[in-house]
Amino acid sequence: MEKLLRVDNLTKVFSLGSVLSRIRITAVDHVSFHINPGEIFALAGESGCGKTTAAKMILGFEKPTSGDIVHKGKRGEKSTNEKVWFTEGVQAIFQDPFGTFNPLRIVDRYFFETIHNYGLAGSREEAIALIEEKLHAVGLNYEEFSGRYPSEFSGGQLQRISIARALLTDPVLLIADEPVSMVDASLRMSIVNLFKKLRDESGVSVLYITHDLATAYYVSDRIAIMFRGHIVEMGPVEDVLMNPKHPYTTLLRESVPEADPTKRWSERISLTELEHEEYLRQGCKYAGRCPHATDICMSEVPKDVYVGNVFVKCHKYSGDATPSAVV
Amino acid sequence: MQILRDLFRDYRFCFSFGVLVIILVLALLSSFSPYDPTLWNVVPRDTKPSAQHVLGTDSNGQDIFWQATFAVRNSLIISLIAGLVSRVIAILVGMVAGYVGGSSDRVLMFVSDSLLVIPLFLIMVMLAMLVRQFMNLVILGLMLSVFGWAWDARLIRSVILSLREREFTKTAVLSGTGTVRLVLNEYLPFAMPLIFSTLINNIAWAIGLEMTLAILGLVNLNIPTLGTMLNWALFYQSILLGRWWWILTPVVLSLFLFIALYWLSVSISEYLDPRTRIQRVGA
Amino acid sequence: MNTPILRTEELKAYYVLDLHGTQKVVKAVDEVSLEIRENEVYGIAGESGCGKTTLLKTLVASIEPPLRLIGGKVYYRVTDLDGIDLTTISPSSSPGAEGDRWWTSGEVDVSSLSPETKRRLRWEYISYVPQGSMSVLNPVTKVKETYRDFIRSHASGKTRKEAFELAKEQITELGLPLKTLDAYPHQLSGGMRQRVTIALAALLNPRVIVCDEPTTALDVVVQRGVVQLLKDIQAKLNNTIVVVTHDMGVQANIADRVGIMYAGKIVEESTTERIYGNPAHPYTQYLINSLPRFGDKTTRESVPGSPPSLADLPGGCPFHPRCPYALDICGEQMPSFTRLEPNHRVACWLVGEGEDGKTA
Repeated sequence: MEKLLRVDNLTKVFSLGSVLSRIRITAVDHVSFHINPGEIFALAGESGCGKTTAAKMILGFEKPTSGDIVHKGKRGEKSTNEKVWFTEGVQAIFQDPFGTFNPLRIVDRYFFETIHNYGLAGSREEAIALIEEKLHAVGLNYEEFSGRYPSEFSGGQLQRISIARALLTDPVLLIADEPVSMVDASLRMSIVNLFKKLRDESGVSVLYITHDLATAYYVSDRIAIMFRGHIVEMGPVEDVLMNPKHPYTTLLRESVPEADPTKRWSERISLTELEHEEYLRQGCKYAGRCPHATDICMSEVPKDVYVGNVFVKCHKYSGDATPSAVV
Repeated sequence: MQILRDLFRDYRFCFSFGVLVIILVLALLSSFSPYDPTLWNVVPRDTKPSAQHVLGTDSNGQDIFWQATFAVRNSLIISLIAGLVSRVIAILVGMVAGYVGGSSDRVLMFVSDSLLVIPLFLIMVMLAMLVRQFMNLVILGLMLSVFGWAWDARLIRSVILSLREREFTKTAVLSGTGTVRLVLNEYLPFAMPLIFSTLINNIAWAIGLEMTLAILGLVNLNIPTLGTMLNWALFYQSILLGRWWWILTPVVLSLFLFIALYWLSVSISEYLDPRTRIQRVGA
Repeated sequence: MNTPILRTEELKAYYVLDLHGTQKVVKAVDEVSLEIRENEVYGIAGESGCGKTTLLKTLVASIEPPLRLIGGKVYYRVTDLDGIDLTTISPSSSPGAEGDRWWTSGEVDVSSLSPETKRRLRWEYISYVPQGSMSVLNPVTKVKETYRDFIRSHASGKTRKEAFELAKEQITELGLPLKTLDAYPHQLSGGMRQRVTIALAALLNPRVIVCDEPTTALDVVVQRGVVQLLKDIQAKLNNTIVVVTHDMGVQANIADRVGIMYAGKIVEESTTERIYGNPAHPYTQYLINSLPRFGDKTTRESVPGSPPSLADLPGGCPFHPRCPYALDICGEQMPSFTRLEPNHRVACWLVGEGEDGKTA
């Protein structure tokens, strides 16, 4: 089965500082993954792990330092004329519903513009019919939507409108960058259920970027956990989150607060403030915090290995597992 | 209209609206003037205001009231040309520099900064002396516009720079919108209050600069403008000789004009400010 | 049962807005009666726009136009055991007081206090950690300057230097690195800033600390650190912490008792165990069931519809348009509280007719 999106050794290095003292931060470090048609793939991690940078590079808003992005056989090279190289088949929604639309313009405008720019309808009636269809798919209707400014909607409604706009071109891949972080926890299901519906009814794949592991577990098929620019664990979501292998995944999983007072956190944690130092660390980036760190962890970057059908980047497993050719 | 009704709540807008209407009426009245403004000695000289000559007459033998209508008309024309042309240049330069960035940005900002740093007055004086023979309203207006865009281009550029990072830019790009339409449709509304208030400020600046040049005698003194009226009044020592009706006419007119323009720009840009606009939407 | 340290009685606080001629009344806090006790962590849960932030503002007596106190009262229990030098505080009016010892009689009506008294009580008796830590820390000075400013305006009986040393001690006790004091706020990560702000709020050993969404927008591990810090502070100072957040997972982890707020009213209140184990109000049930759980991929539903605008509330129980079990009476009349257990009260017609007397 041909993969919908393939990312190979994607790397982005930022140079910070002045001429006299430059630090090079590798925000995304040789990241490779693929997304299959009709699947929801979660890219999860805390802030500063590189997931948003990776998303920007896939969409073309940021130029990779090295690596390939392949969609439908085409390589992801920006032609000089287009700012983004595949906006018809790949659409995106963003984190801040109120920032997604210009507060001074009526929201319809974006819909009509999309339809016009991609030639999706011949007349105004056809355009409205198409908009109605997509609004219906996200649970809204045209009357309550038409002629309004973004400030007249709630965050949850705007996020759904944003999805409807993205669906206008019938994309095969939807990139959702933290779509529910700014929405109340009780309303997240309505948006996340939409992703499930799109996958099941229309075969749309979703790249779900989030730091919320609970919704990632609920909605995705496969998941990749990122830490400081590396993918440290990747595989089917049931395996990765219910049976975590990498110590960081374990920490993340345990730190998700559960709505159950009998399951309160029992262990104490200490927080690190050394973000920059972690980025520049030789060897495994997590070694500074890891309870299982050994000497080799401090000096060598762990190899990528497969344990069962889960990909892990950790020295704990490199002894007894098959080394993987990065797919 | 709702907009006008909201604006009229602001006393500053009411005042400036009133004053500007009067000024415009005066300017339009110039077409009905019984006297040709370029001819001298058409009426008795230096008479005080009377029923026949509402504002009296000047030392050149012209009726001051009708002269003033022409002066107002011409000053407005010069400053409107200066203001509008410089807006167009400022918008083009600001938007290109802000959105495209890179080397275009650097070149354009270099040009703009140079224009800001050059001692404006000396250049104007030089240019005025060179062009004096051919000077008419349009040429003066264009000259002023060349020097009026630099500051505002930078302001517009910074508005664009900040808007470029906002997420709705990405939404527009994903909607397939091309660069030009994106900048015009998405960013221009944010820049509108800036453009509008700088337009009005620019008009006021142009009137002032014209008056300065005129007092120094650097323009064609045969064309009646607020500045040339002042020049003639001073030339003929009207203050010393107590001919208040001549010197006060351009002074009072321009005073009211400046205040009105200032209050107009303040009240409208407060109204158009995106932050208050967003509050009003959906209220 | 612990004694109440902070109490509201039928509190009504509305925003009265005047936009170009039209008047809009936003009923942010609508007849709220709460009792917050000593030595507990009290959570207030609800969606955005339910009035929780306004409720906090009334608790700290920070009521400024366009917010107006329409009715009801807020009471503080201030005793001379709190370590505040009360001889420096005097009320503007002393209802039924004898001599100077008005404060030991128990509760103080906050609206009767002078602005100077309120200022003194802020940070020494009750501190407020608003949403978004940047609003507390001065962005152009180092963190230690903000600390010094606080100490300067509130230190009584200690020299400034001593107080600053105590502050440094407190910070290290709470597990925060000292070098954060020397940094500017923007140099600290979001989580660090939040923790520094909370430590600042706890600096003068207040009896009540009120936090508005302290964990929102933070990473999951950092969030855990903030919750840990709040619990440490509560254990160390033996005081009361009020945590407002819509995240029911965080509430489960930190609160002893939870009050569920909807459209400006408290609709259910109980101990954490009962709220999560036996939620009685349909809204509470939805709030808890709409959260995904590990190990369970069955479809879950959000609360249907969206929260009402506080300027345009439906009649009767404000939840009835979204409630799948709504009865006719729900649209006509707001239910008063039914007491299911001594510690559990619900305002819902499905549960009971409301014997408690007081409306919700």
